Amino acid sequence: MNVKQYIAARAAKELCHGDVVNLGIGIPTLVANYISPDVHVFLHSENGILGVGPTPEEAYVDPELVNAGKLPVTVLGGASFFNSADSFAMIRGGHVNVSILGVLQVDEAGRIANWAVPGKSVLGVGGAMDLLEGSKKVIVTTLHTNSQGESKLVEELTYPLTSERRVDMIITELAVFSVTDLGLELLETAPGVSLETVQQKTQASFRVSKLFNKNNEVTA
Amino acid sequence: MNKIITREEAIEKITDGARIMVGGFGLVGSPLSLIEAIAKSNLKDLEIISNNLGEPGKGLGVLVQKKQVKKAIGSYFTSNPEVVHAYQQQELQVELIPQGTMSEAIRAGGAGIGGFYTPVSVGTQLAEGKEERVLKGKKYVLQESLHADVALIKAKKADRLGNLIYSKSARNFNPMMATAADIVIAEVEEVVEVGQISPEEIVTPHLYVTYIVVKGEN
Repeated sequence: MNVKQYIAARAAKELCHGDVVNLGIGIPTLVANYISPDVHVFLHSENGILGVGPTPEEAYVDPELVNAGKLPVTVLGGASFFNSADSFAMIRGGHVNVSILGVLQVDEAGRIANWAVPGKSVLGVGGAMDLLEGSKKVIVTTLHTNSQGESKLVEELTYPLTSERRVDMIITELAVFSVTDLGLELLETAPGVSLETVQQKTQASFRVSKLFNKNNEVTA
Repeated sequence: MNKIITREEAIEKITDGARIMVGGFGLVGSPLSLIEAIAKSNLKDLEIISNNLGEPGKGLGVLVQKKQVKKAIGSYFTSNPEVVHAYQQQELQVELIPQGTMSEAIRAGGAGIGGFYTPVSVGTQLAEGKEERVLKGKKYVLQESLHADVALIKAKKADRLGNLIYSKSARNFNPMMATAADIVIAEVEEVVEVGQISPEEIVTPHLYVTYIVVKGEN
């Protein structure tokens, strides 16, 4: 399992039976591959599908059946199709239980930037702001550092804000944080990763949760 | 009354500088045959309301290449690098709206609503210049509704009256756009007799649809 797959598998453990779940592009899309067979969730895609199924084999690709990443998908029994206004009413109206999103940065209050890069033309936002605003629970899945090795968990965002709403949980290849009124709290470190490593690689300040489980180095 | 016209007749309904809604999520559910006819015409200075502007050389991307688009209103243009380039060359104006706000603005435009307050984008760059208001203790921004001169939409099937049904995720923005323009032109795969689509199945009732163009019959 590579680090992205590890992050996706860890995020999948947060999903509960019966959840309506929206998966963003990138690592979040991989989460679908790691959901436990005894946990049934309903995948929502903002282009108008509830009940998204696995990627079809090439012979079964239907050009009119794609997910929000414009990739071919299938639908499961009980699925429905609806228009974009209804789809975003579901999101904005709080009918989606969990959204899993990628980020460019997350600050120490749990606010994220995931739609625009400073100095470049800002020409795409898609559903990023709607999903963050409206979903009941938002989980961030991201590599801990960017391609320059800088922490993506920062004191203050230098990229444009996506929403004033905070996320609820941050999952990286090194650690899992929950977001509380007091800021970031470290819940666990990944197998073989020490608390010191997480501290070194994290620019944002965080507290170690009372629930922090040191044993997960061996049990996870 | 016969609503079925050729795509060339359809394009004659559009004038230079028109504000046009175009259905589709990327190329899926996009009226590609009508777009191709615009590309063959000399129409210019168009203002396009659509989630994206196609891909390089595909869908609405062709109109960008031919410099027929003056302004684009939508949510996600980065999937077409030629749009980014045209914007940087100041050949194209862009107005970016969150996807859910955009789809609701079109729905509102078709339903006679002047605007609405949404929590989405509060405190971000995309709320700059928009009125902010606190309702029930929560911050919202004002989004005005969207309406167009012409809507070009894609459906799977029409009956001769113009009742429409759609296909899978190709539905997306099409049903709202069908309500929010002075002239609505539906590109369809096939036309059936009245009564052959069950009233329970009809997604867009015929009163919204001005003209029907059958794909590939021109």
